[in-house]
Amino acid sequence: MKDILQELETRRDQARLGGGEKRVDGQHAKGKLTARERLELLLDPGSFEEFDMFVAHRCTDFGMQESRPYGDGVVTGWGTINGRMVYVFSQDFTVMGGSVSETHGQKICKIMDMAMQNGAPVIGLNDSGGARIQEGVASLAAYGEVFQRNIEASGVIPQISVIMGPCAGGAVYSPAMTDFIFMVKDSSYMFVTGPDVVKTVTNEVVTAEELGGAKTHTSKSSVADAAFENDMEALMEVRRLIDMLPLNNRERPPHRPFFDDPDRVETALDTIVPENPNQPYDMKEVVRSVADEGDFNEMQADFAKNIITGFIRLEGQTVGVVANQPMVLAGVLDIDSARKAARFVRFCDCFEIPILTFVDVPGFLPGTKQEYDGIIKHGAKLLFAYGEATVPKVTVITRKAYGGAYVVMSSKHLRGDFNYAWPTSEVAVMGAKGATEILYRSELGDPDKIARRTKDYEDRFANPFVAAERGFIDEVIQPRSTRKRVCRAFASLRTKTRGMPWKKHDNIPL
Amino acid sequence: MFKKILIANRGEIACRVIKTARRMGIATVAVYSDADKHALHVRMADEAVHIGPAPANQSYIVIDNILAAIRETGAEAVHPGYGFLSENPKFAAALEKEGVAFIGPPKGAIEAMGDKITSKKLAKEAGVNTVPGVMGLIEDADEAVKISQEIGYPVMIKASAGGGGKGMRIAWNDEEAREGFQSSKNEAASSFGDDRIFIEKFVTQPRHIEIQVLGDSHGNCIYLGERECSIQRRNQKVIEEAPSPFLDEETRKAMGEQACALARAVDYCSAGTVEFIVDGDKNFYFLEMNTRLQVEHPVTELITGVDLVEQMIRVAAGETLALTQDDISLDGWAIESRLYAEDPYRNFLPSIGRLTRYRPPEEAVGDTAVVRNDTGVFEGGEISMYYDPMIAKLCTWGPTRADALEGMRDALDGFEVEGIGHNLPFLSAVMDHPRFISGDITTAFIAEEYPDGFAGAELPEPVLRQLASAAAAMHRVSEIRAARVSGRMSNHEREVGADWVVSLAGHDYPVTIAADREGSTVKFAHGGQHRVASDWKPGMPLAVLDIDADRVVIKAEPVPLGYRMRHRGADLIVKVQTPRQFELSQHMLEKVPPDTSKMLLCPMPGLMVSVAVEQGQEVQEGQVLCTVEAMKMENVLRAERQAVVAKINAGAGDSLAVDDVIMEFE
Repeated sequence: MKDILQELETRRDQARLGGGEKRVDGQHAKGKLTARERLELLLDPGSFEEFDMFVAHRCTDFGMQESRPYGDGVVTGWGTINGRMVYVFSQDFTVMGGSVSETHGQKICKIMDMAMQNGAPVIGLNDSGGARIQEGVASLAAYGEVFQRNIEASGVIPQISVIMGPCAGGAVYSPAMTDFIFMVKDSSYMFVTGPDVVKTVTNEVVTAEELGGAKTHTSKSSVADAAFENDMEALMEVRRLIDMLPLNNRERPPHRPFFDDPDRVETALDTIVPENPNQPYDMKEVVRSVADEGDFNEMQADFAKNIITGFIRLEGQTVGVVANQPMVLAGVLDIDSARKAARFVRFCDCFEIPILTFVDVPGFLPGTKQEYDGIIKHGAKLLFAYGEATVPKVTVITRKAYGGAYVVMSSKHLRGDFNYAWPTSEVAVMGAKGATEILYRSELGDPDKIARRTKDYEDRFANPFVAAERGFIDEVIQPRSTRKRVCRAFASLRTKTRGMPWKKHDNIPL
Repeated sequence: MFKKILIANRGEIACRVIKTARRMGIATVAVYSDADKHALHVRMADEAVHIGPAPANQSYIVIDNILAAIRETGAEAVHPGYGFLSENPKFAAALEKEGVAFIGPPKGAIEAMGDKITSKKLAKEAGVNTVPGVMGLIEDADEAVKISQEIGYPVMIKASAGGGGKGMRIAWNDEEAREGFQSSKNEAASSFGDDRIFIEKFVTQPRHIEIQVLGDSHGNCIYLGERECSIQRRNQKVIEEAPSPFLDEETRKAMGEQACALARAVDYCSAGTVEFIVDGDKNFYFLEMNTRLQVEHPVTELITGVDLVEQMIRVAAGETLALTQDDISLDGWAIESRLYAEDPYRNFLPSIGRLTRYRPPEEAVGDTAVVRNDTGVFEGGEISMYYDPMIAKLCTWGPTRADALEGMRDALDGFEVEGIGHNLPFLSAVMDHPRFISGDITTAFIAEEYPDGFAGAELPEPVLRQLASAAAAMHRVSEIRAARVSGRMSNHEREVGADWVVSLAGHDYPVTIAADREGSTVKFAHGGQHRVASDWKPGMPLAVLDIDADRVVIKAEPVPLGYRMRHRGADLIVKVQTPRQFELSQHMLEKVPPDTSKMLLCPMPGLMVSVAVEQGQEVQEGQVLCTVEAMKMENVLRAERQAVVAKINAGAGDSLAVDDVIMEFE
């Protein structure tokens, strides 16, 4: 009997060796951890339970039957993050380069099915050379099965991908359909076709890092939501993000004990909006001032910086924040910022995360580039996302809210629940100068007259009160009491119920 | 007594004057420029008058604008503060003509002391020690030696026309005097075409010590002890204290009496300061007299209990000094640290911007400790480029110098300033500097002790262990809170462990934490332990902890796996990891920061005025590359070495942030 028990331990030890000591050393030399080490860091100590440790591939082509390592290049199972259940898979680059075989894919599918059944997030740690060529179409089929599950799980459970090594070809499309992608700087890359193929086809010479490194995807392509210095930091940030997300779409967003007074007054906010309407200020300071403990978990920080997206907590509970950033392009809405914010708003709506919006927007960015690239449809994405979102929506206008962009930014007309404005705000069709130049075109030759007209327009419209008279603004509030007001607003919306008409699904302008 | 006074100044000193005036029941009028519309002194005053655009030469120092404000408000007297119009005899004269009292000395005194030669002459006549020297024709080396002997070695031999150390020699004996005279003369002739030589006493181990005097218009004059202001950076005072750790009662009395003699000689009435240079043998020599309230006057107030601003106002109103010399006794020790908006890590470059956080330590008046903070700024306020970069004067008092120093250390640790670069860490570092603690300082202290600038204080190991204990205890509390998030699997919660490895400043400390209701005991695996108790909760930017018998104040900002901790002039990343996390973290590669040697980085936030080179151009060392305007100053950036311009990323009119890459070289 004892031998039989011992046999299990022997086999386990064998499986845990992964691709062997030499390959593990190689992985370490690159500053990368092994698949199991990564899970140890991601999950609460001792909480990981592995599935399918002894799975091996069934391929017999190209002499594959000679090497049938346990686990088949991916470690799967479940564990907890701060006591909350998550499902995980972690590709093992030391075993056949982490390549995806039929059985490798089946292991991932198994935990995805469990995650769906039990309502818990899936976190995938990607470090794979791609399809296992020896298996041919069986490998592709495995990808396809994973894709279909990604799609079905979308909006039901949070899905998070961490790219911790190569992720190329068809493999990129599984992370692409998850909710958030994190990358590790200098050791991960993602692309549909690699530098060699690029060179053959288009004659472009480009390095893997330039083509699909962390910087490219966080600042240029917006494929990735954040990038971190190394494996450890990336995994700690996954824990931080999971702490803020509900486990599934039937749950309320999580809350935790907090030590920050909801009534905290921030007098510094009274002076943040400069007197000169053309002078920028940092909207992130407003976000941090309002957030519990000044803690702001920003997503897509390096892309379309004219809009800010991320998570904060108010009274311990997660709230999604969208805010125009006057520091960048005056906070204008353009294609990139509309897409970025729209996707974020829809994520929040999927998972019942309330949305707090700070508005300082001069309008949409004009120009042929924007029009030719479809600002009409891309801009509509954000409008659509806000309009269809049924979660609690609280909006604070800090300064400009001009034109169509005013309507888009979670206005009352899009069923905003609480629409506040600071006394410094200007809710109008456009700025005073532009408006008078159109209204009094005939007087343009007379600068004095125009100046007077501009002044008149400013006096009448450059304030929140015209909108407040109509009830488009529920209340004009002191900047310093923003945290208190916003906390109370969300508290009152905890019981909000609102639906949309039955439909199979909407047709957002993709 | 006046019913209403106007303060022709801004910033902390305007606020300081308003406080006393208010206590005396006098109404106050502030003046302000465009840049100061929302400034603290404007908020504090009963009335405020706008006097012009932001630059001081169009507002605060325009006499007519101040006069207009006086007429508009009917102020009966004007306090000029320091700087601006405070030592401008024309202003004093204009006020006299207007029939408005000047809260300062008579015009004549300002004029006499405003001129270096006159003031020295007057001082000599009044029996005040001046630096002995001979300025005149010195025939030959023999005469030079004779003069040097009379003055007493060491002496400084320098060219009359000289400057910047050229043609300057220091001689410690006859032989050196002879040689020095000859070579200085030659150098002076060749460099300046003027070989006149001048010999004066060379002051060794110089200290800057000044005497506070107070006179009235009835011929009374007293002195209120001294202030030691030797901690200076490029002639800008940084830390002052009273009394001086160097003076004895005899020297103090001699200096005080000479200072009063000089004040009487010019019919001084008001608060004034006579500055001396003091050598290692306690010989003191007159430098100059400042005919105004000094920036560092609070330290004198703290050890004498006299409100100098009140005395100035009373004297200006014609009252006789109620204090006699016998009433003045020095009680305890006071230190002042000047908080400047200057980044010590960037060679004290001025920093401007929004004060996103400004929380000074709580002011307190007790029998054994006093904390006083004179300030003119507030959280959310703007530090503009137009005025002095000093934003606060933090003073502490204690019965002894050691007490005052200890109070200052804690006060600095508890002072929160964010949004701009500031010299808090540098001030903290000086407070812990052994030479400063010993009191063995000279005006060259900063130049000698920080020759390569300031890169943060290095903390001794016992302090590092205190920080490690604090971080471990704090991290544990944070982790326990994190593990109490909703949605946990009941009965399968995460248990936060007791074993951690704390890493900071190159040390890794394995520790075990045993926590109870009152606090935590942090046991170091390699020996020793600390008891940590605190009300700190996650998210608090300031942690006040009792570590064993010490009160420790730390600025703590969460970073992944730990905290950025700022304490006693050090700025450290403190990581707290489980033993397994620590083990695995050893595999992480140390990332080399990108090579910036081939880039021109913007040294300060500013506006690109012009770019002087083109792409592809070869530039020589020292060649002008571009000009960046910051703080109203045009800063010319030059090539550090020969190179070829590969890329230019900014053009005229672009605004630049610190470390923006302006140019890249091949």
